[in-house]
Amino acid sequence: MSLTGTDTRNVLLATLGFGVCALLPFADTGYWLGLGVTIAMFTALATSWALFSGPTHYISLATAAFFGVGTYVTGLGIETLPFWALVGLAGLIGAGLAALVGLATLRLSGVYFVIFTLGLAELVRQVITWVQNNTGQKGLYVLTDLDEAGIYWWLLGLCAAVFLTGWLIGRSRLGFALRIIGDDEIVAAHSGINTARAKILLFMVPGAVAAMTGAILAPRYVYIEPSLAFAPILSFQVVIMALLGGASRLWGPVVGVIPFTFLLETVSSNFPNQTTLVIGVAFLVIVYLLPNGFVGLLDKVLHRTKANEVT
Amino acid sequence: MNRRPFLKLVSALTIASALAANAANADTIRIGAVAPKTGPLAGGATVTQWPSIYLWVEQVNAAGGLTVDGEKMLIELIEYDDQTNPGETIKAVQRLATQDDAHFIIAPYGTGLNLAAAPLFDRYGYPQIAVSAITDQQPELAAQFPNMFFTLGTTTALAADVVAVLSDMRDAGQMGDKVAMVNVADAFGIELATAARPLFEAAGFEIVYETSYPLGTQDLSPVIKGAAAAAPDAFVAWSYPPDTFGLTEQAMIENLDVKAFYTAVATPFPSYGARFGAAAEGVLGAGGVNPDSPAFMEYAAAHEAVTGAKPDYWASATTYASLEILAQSIEAVGLDRAAVTAHLKQSSFDTILGPISFDENNSNADFWTVGQWQGGVFKGVASRGRDGTSPVILKDGWE
Repeated sequence: MSLTGTDTRNVLLATLGFGVCALLPFADTGYWLGLGVTIAMFTALATSWALFSGPTHYISLATAAFFGVGTYVTGLGIETLPFWALVGLAGLIGAGLAALVGLATLRLSGVYFVIFTLGLAELVRQVITWVQNNTGQKGLYVLTDLDEAGIYWWLLGLCAAVFLTGWLIGRSRLGFALRIIGDDEIVAAHSGINTARAKILLFMVPGAVAAMTGAILAPRYVYIEPSLAFAPILSFQVVIMALLGGASRLWGPVVGVIPFTFLLETVSSNFPNQTTLVIGVAFLVIVYLLPNGFVGLLDKVLHRTKANEVT
Repeated sequence: MNRRPFLKLVSALTIASALAANAANADTIRIGAVAPKTGPLAGGATVTQWPSIYLWVEQVNAAGGLTVDGEKMLIELIEYDDQTNPGETIKAVQRLATQDDAHFIIAPYGTGLNLAAAPLFDRYGYPQIAVSAITDQQPELAAQFPNMFFTLGTTTALAADVVAVLSDMRDAGQMGDKVAMVNVADAFGIELATAARPLFEAAGFEIVYETSYPLGTQDLSPVIKGAAAAAPDAFVAWSYPPDTFGLTEQAMIENLDVKAFYTAVATPFPSYGARFGAAAEGVLGAGGVNPDSPAFMEYAAAHEAVTGAKPDYWASATTYASLEILAQSIEAVGLDRAAVTAHLKQSSFDTILGPISFDENNSNADFWTVGQWQGGVFKGVASRGRDGTSPVILKDGWE
């Protein structure tokens, strides 16, 4: 694999960026670190989401399902296995579940996939509840020594892995195949691309990442129950953040995650009685005014500047 | 493209946050509160948690505030909606502790949200007097979070006292030993059913019908029909708010013939009595109070006058009592949080429920466990160490 000058520069810049981000817990261990955890969590979720949904245009609402599975892996295993093993295990289970879902639905066209992923969180939640009900299991408590800084570094590491994976996929034959699928699936199939295989492979990435995120965050929630682990709002938040940033670039979602986290924070601290309403209005404003996200806005501005230079 | 509305929204938000930041006053006691105003638990929190908080703040401020080091200080309430989302609860508690600089924070609502907040209360040294967090893990949790206190009881006590009430009725010859037991397939319902099953068997009851249903089930008629077909003497449902109402409604339609009918959460809500009226007579439920005690009557009257709604007959009063405990501790030792926590562990507090103190596991040992609708009021019929227990009556039809 050969790196161009731009590639080297980007890798260096990204490494530097992550290095600076990793210093946050030394600057503040309270409020800002708490926001940092939220941003790191949504960066991992939204970036991995966009890796699949960006090129293929398949909208996945399954984030909450994988996330919930991850929290349960930690909840069930915390007393028998070390934490790092649980995070890895969650990743494997998430990828496996994503492969199963992909096999069942990705051969179908878009809308069936959206509906199925929306139902998946509820399906998994009901299965887990059914097992708990039949085994008479009590509530799951995750009591660890892992503090906010530890969780933050775990999430940051996961984000780095997501960016690296995304960058490698973008340079690979798989990434090229997916861009063709996104442009026209029939053309892709006729060019000899195994479209189903390509889509399933890539769908396993957000599945694994969301499950790992859930596994990392379980110690933060302390008590794991289905209604909290599988909250469907998470899936929608990830989609709206990725779209606000722009799903067509690797760095797009993070540009959406950061302002959106601050927006949510401002809204929930200033409108305690209308939080949901104001967030709903913000959703509408974003979709209406920034249909292509910040990435689209930037492209437009660049395009205009170029056009001006020509004339 | 027109970007002005978005800019307007952003600038409005910026101004609002600047104003909010300036509002903090040095001469007030800043009390933080975070609980659901939206999401699945909002229905419970807006009956049980928020009104008691508003009432308490109103009453304390009307009396001139709390006495701290010889000076009267008013309470400033800072409230947040956590949308029944533990991530939001964590953010709000962090904001209260580090940005709003709250002196004290009222414990969140619900087991899951209380436990999500517990590490932060612990880290910043805030006492957490939890109310709606019923669990058998109190010793383990108190060891992990020494600032966390429990007031509303344990899962096993709630289940065991239902078994005890039914045992007494059977031993008095009022009914046989056939029990139909159902539960909602969700966290607390499963826990209660798991705790109750061996207790029923040990007490010599025969469980003639047992089933569960998913949370949010609309049609509960198969559950009641199945129970009726087994001809039980008692019907026990470890239920949540929507199905507590749904099961009662179906039992009325089927005219379920039992000597004892029990539904769990939300049975003590005033809306239960209002909806079923005379049919609610004799229905047993989780919780209870002594509604005839002067302290409760005074509290209920003030609750209705200030918030426009009646308190429930269980956790509302305990929520208020937890705030009385906080206020008494502040007046005793001031605004030093570590001193308040130490005071909570050592002292006994005089509340509308009677005296409350915390044992070596930070647990309040005196709480209500079973209540019953009698004459339009939900009266406590079983408790651990509380005065004013009413005798149990038989369920006599649904008219």
